[in-house]
Amino acid sequence: MFLNQFLFLSAVLFCIGVYGVLTRKNGVLVLMSIELILNAVNINMVAFGAFNADLGGQVFALFIIAVAAAEVGVGLAIVLLIYRNRRSIDITEADLMKG
Amino acid sequence: MMSSFAAEVVSAPAIFDWVWLIPAIMAGSFMTILFGSKRLKVPAHFIGIPAVIVCLVLALATAFSWISYSSDVSASSGGHSEEEDHSDEEGFGGTAETAAPIVPAFVDAGAPTVSCVGGDDHGDDHSDDEAFGGGEVALGDEFELAVDAGEGGSSSPCPIINDVTWFSNGGDVEDGGSDITVGTLVDGQSVMLLVVVTFISTLVHIYSTDYVNGDRRYTHYFAFLSLFTASMLFMVLSSSTIQLIVGWELVGVCSFALIGHWWEEKPNSDAALKAFLTNRVGDIGLLIGMIILYFAAGKTFDITTINTMAVSGEISQNTLLVAGLCLMAAVMSKSGQFVLHTWLPDAMAGPTPVSALIHAATMVVAGVYLIGRLYAVFFIGFGISGGTLNFMALVGGITCVGAGLLAFVQADIKKVLAYSTVSQLGYMVLALGVGAYTAGMFHLFTHAIFKACLFLGAGSVSHACHHSFDMKADMGGLRKYMPKTFWTFVIASGALAGIPPLAGFWSKDEILVGAGAWPGTDANGVFTIPFIFGMMAAAMTAGYMTRVIWLTFFGEYRGHDTPHESGPRITTPLIILAVGSVFAGFLNMPEPFVERLGLPSGWGLWFEHQVEPVGIGSFPAIGHGKPSFSLAIVATLLGLGAAAIVWSYYKALYAKDRTATEVTNGIMAKNPILKAGHTMLVEKYYLDHLYTGAIAGGTKGALARASYWFNQNVLDKTVDTAGKTAVAVGRFVYKFIDQGAIDGAVNASGTTASSGGQVLRRLQTGRVRQYATLMFGAAAVMAAVFIVAV
Repeated sequence: MFLNQFLFLSAVLFCIGVYGVLTRKNGVLVLMSIELILNAVNINMVAFGAFNADLGGQVFALFIIAVAAAEVGVGLAIVLLIYRNRRSIDITEADLMKG
Repeated sequence: MMSSFAAEVVSAPAIFDWVWLIPAIMAGSFMTILFGSKRLKVPAHFIGIPAVIVCLVLALATAFSWISYSSDVSASSGGHSEEEDHSDEEGFGGTAETAAPIVPAFVDAGAPTVSCVGGDDHGDDHSDDEAFGGGEVALGDEFELAVDAGEGGSSSPCPIINDVTWFSNGGDVEDGGSDITVGTLVDGQSVMLLVVVTFISTLVHIYSTDYVNGDRRYTHYFAFLSLFTASMLFMVLSSSTIQLIVGWELVGVCSFALIGHWWEEKPNSDAALKAFLTNRVGDIGLLIGMIILYFAAGKTFDITTINTMAVSGEISQNTLLVAGLCLMAAVMSKSGQFVLHTWLPDAMAGPTPVSALIHAATMVVAGVYLIGRLYAVFFIGFGISGGTLNFMALVGGITCVGAGLLAFVQADIKKVLAYSTVSQLGYMVLALGVGAYTAGMFHLFTHAIFKACLFLGAGSVSHACHHSFDMKADMGGLRKYMPKTFWTFVIASGALAGIPPLAGFWSKDEILVGAGAWPGTDANGVFTIPFIFGMMAAAMTAGYMTRVIWLTFFGEYRGHDTPHESGPRITTPLIILAVGSVFAGFLNMPEPFVERLGLPSGWGLWFEHQVEPVGIGSFPAIGHGKPSFSLAIVATLLGLGAAAIVWSYYKALYAKDRTATEVTNGIMAKNPILKAGHTMLVEKYYLDHLYTGAIAGGTKGALARASYWFNQNVLDKTVDTAGKTAVAVGRFVYKFIDQGAIDGAVNASGTTASSGGQVLRRLQTGRVRQYATLMFGAAAVMAAVFIVAV
C-alpha cells in the first residue's frame, strides 16, 4: 500500500506529461511536459529505492535530474533559435524535415 | 690406378697426384682475370702470364718425373717378369665376370702383358677402398707383332689414374649401377701434351701482350686465353670419356669466343659461328661413339678400362668399328679433316696469337689426341694391324693432299698456314690410321712448335704491314726490313716442309715409314694409297711454303710506308720456337740414323720410349716400320724438287715484272682443264657452296615453308581459335552474367531500396507530435507485451 501511492502519483504525472507533449503546440510547454515525465520517473526511482532499501534508485534519480537539466538547456536553445527564425514557437509549423 | 706389380718395385712420384692443379690454375686465372682484373686495377696479363708460367713449370716437372718413373718401371719389369703371378685375377671395377682372359685372335702365347685395370693403387692412400678388386690381371699372352728384342719382357708403366666419383649412375656398383668418375690420367701421351700446351700457351701469352696491346677487349682476351688453355689441359688429363667430352666442348666454346673476338665485323662473328656449328656436327658423332663405348665396356666411362677391353677382345670388333666411325666424325670436325675442315681456314678471323694457339696446341689437336687416347678402339676397330686401307688413313690421306692443293691458291698468308695445318693434321690422322702411333704423336709435337712459329711469324709480318694478311697486295721483300721474323719463318717453313735435319723431317719420315708401303719398311700393313697421299703432301708442303716465303719476303715491297721489325715481345717467342723447330726432331731419331751419326744409342727413339706404352693391357701391340734411308732421301728430294719448281716460277716472274705475283695470261688461263681446276681450288672444292648453298639453302627453304605452314595452320590457328572462343565467351558473359545477373541484382537492390523509401517517406512527416505519438504508442505496446509476457 505504501508503494502504490507513489506509483499512482508518478503514473498520473506521467500521463499528464504525455498528454502535454502530444497536445501542446507551444515548444516551451512541450519541454515542461517532458520535465513532468522525467520527474514521474524520478519518483518511481526513489520510491523503489526506498522500498528495496537500495541507494541506487536515488543515485539514478540524481542522474536523471542532471541529464534533464542539460536536456532542457539544449531544448530551450532550440526553441529560442526557432523563435528567432520564425517569430513563433509553434512546433507544428516546424516540419521542414518532412520526408 | 696402376699395377700393384709395378708399385711393389717402383712407386709413382707424388707429383702425379697433383697434376689436376695445372688446369685448375689456368681456370683460376680465368676467373681472376674476368672478375678481378678491373677491380684490382691490374692488367690482365699480370695474372695470365704468371699463371701459365707456373703451369709450364709444373708440366715440365711432371714430364721429368714421368721420364724417370717410366725408365725405372721398364727396367724393373724387364728383370722381374717371371715373378708375375696369375692367381689374383679380379674383376674390372664392378663387372667381376669380365676378367677372364678371352684370347683375341691375334694374340699368341709368350711373354706377359701387364693389365692396367682392376688393380688398385696400393702404393697410395686409396688402399682402404675395397670396392675394386685387389689384384691385377696378367694375361699370359703377347701379341705376335714384332716387339723389338730389347723390349722383350719389359713394359711401360700403366697410366696413373687419380679418380674421384662424380656421381653414381643407377645405384651402387653392387646393385648393377656404375660410378661415374672424373680424375686425372697421367701417361706419356698426356704428359707430352701437357708440356706442348703449356709451352705454346706461354709463348702466345707473351706475344699477345704486344700483339693485342690496346685492344678494346684486352681483359676479355686474356681471360679466354686462360680458359682455352685450362680447357685443353682438362681434356688432356681426363681419365674418363665423359670428362673428355666436357673438355672437348669447353675447348669449342673458347675457340668460338676467341675467333669472334672482334665480333663487331660481320665476317668475324660469322667465322666464329661457323667454327662452332661445324664442330657441333662432329659432336653428335662424339656423343654417340662415347655412349656406344659406355655400354660396350660394361657401363663405364673409364678410358683405361675401355682400351683394355678393346685390346683383350671383350668388345667385339664390329662394335669398335661403329664406335670408331662415330668418333671419327668428331675427329673430322675438330681436327679439320675433309669434309668438315671448312671452319678452320675461316677461323683465321680471330687474332693471330689465337690462331697460333688453336692450330698448334689447343683446339685442332684435340681430335688427334682423342684418337691417341682411345687408340685401342681405333686400332682394333679399323683392323689396322695387317690392313691395307681404312677409313681413318683414307680421311687423313685425302685431307693432307686436298688441303695442300688449296694452300697454293690462297692470297692470305694466314689462310695458307691454315690449309697447311689442315694438311698436317691429315698427316697425323694418316699416321694414326696406319698404326704409326708414335709417329702421329711425334708429328703433333713437332708440328705444334713450327706451326706456332709460323703463325706468330705471320702475325709479326702483318704487324709490320698495317694489319694486312694479303701477301699479294701488301707484302713482298720483307726480308730486308724484318730479318728476325724472316729467319725464324724460313726455319719453321723448312721444318714444316721436312727439310733435314729440321724437326718436321724426322716426324714426317716416320709417318711415311709407318705406312709400310716403301720396300723394306715392314709396319702394321701395306698402306699404299695413304703412302702415296703422304708423299704427294710432302712435296706440296714444300711447294706452297716456298710460295709463301717468296711472296712475303722476296721480290719488291708492294705495300705502303716502310715496314719495320716487331718488338722483342714478338720476336723472342719466334726465336725460341725457331730453335725448337731445329732441335725438336732429334728427340725421336730412328736408330739406324743414330748409329750412322755415331751418337749414343739412348738417343734413338727417345720420344717413343717415353710416350708409347709397351706391354700393357690398355694399349694395342702395334708394329713398327723399319727406317729406310732410301725413303728419307726420296721424300726429301721430292720436297726440294717441288720447292725448286715454285722458286724458279717466281724467279722467272720477278725477272719479267718486279711486282708481279702471278702469271696473268699463262697456261692456267688458256688451258680450260687447268683453269677449271684452278677455279675449283679458289672455290675451295665448292664445299662452302655445298654446305651453305645446297645443304643449308636446300633445307632452309623447305624448312621455312614448313615452319610457315605450321605457324599459320597450327600455331596461329590455335591462337585464333583461342581468341575467338574468348570473344564469344566474353560476349556471353557480358550479356547474361554481367548485364543480367550481376547488374540485375545491383539494380534490383537499388530499385527495392528506392521504392521502399517512397513508401516509408510518408511516415516522415516532420511533425514532432506525430513522432512523439508513435514513440509513446510503441512504448505502450512494448509495456503491454512485457506485462502480458512476464
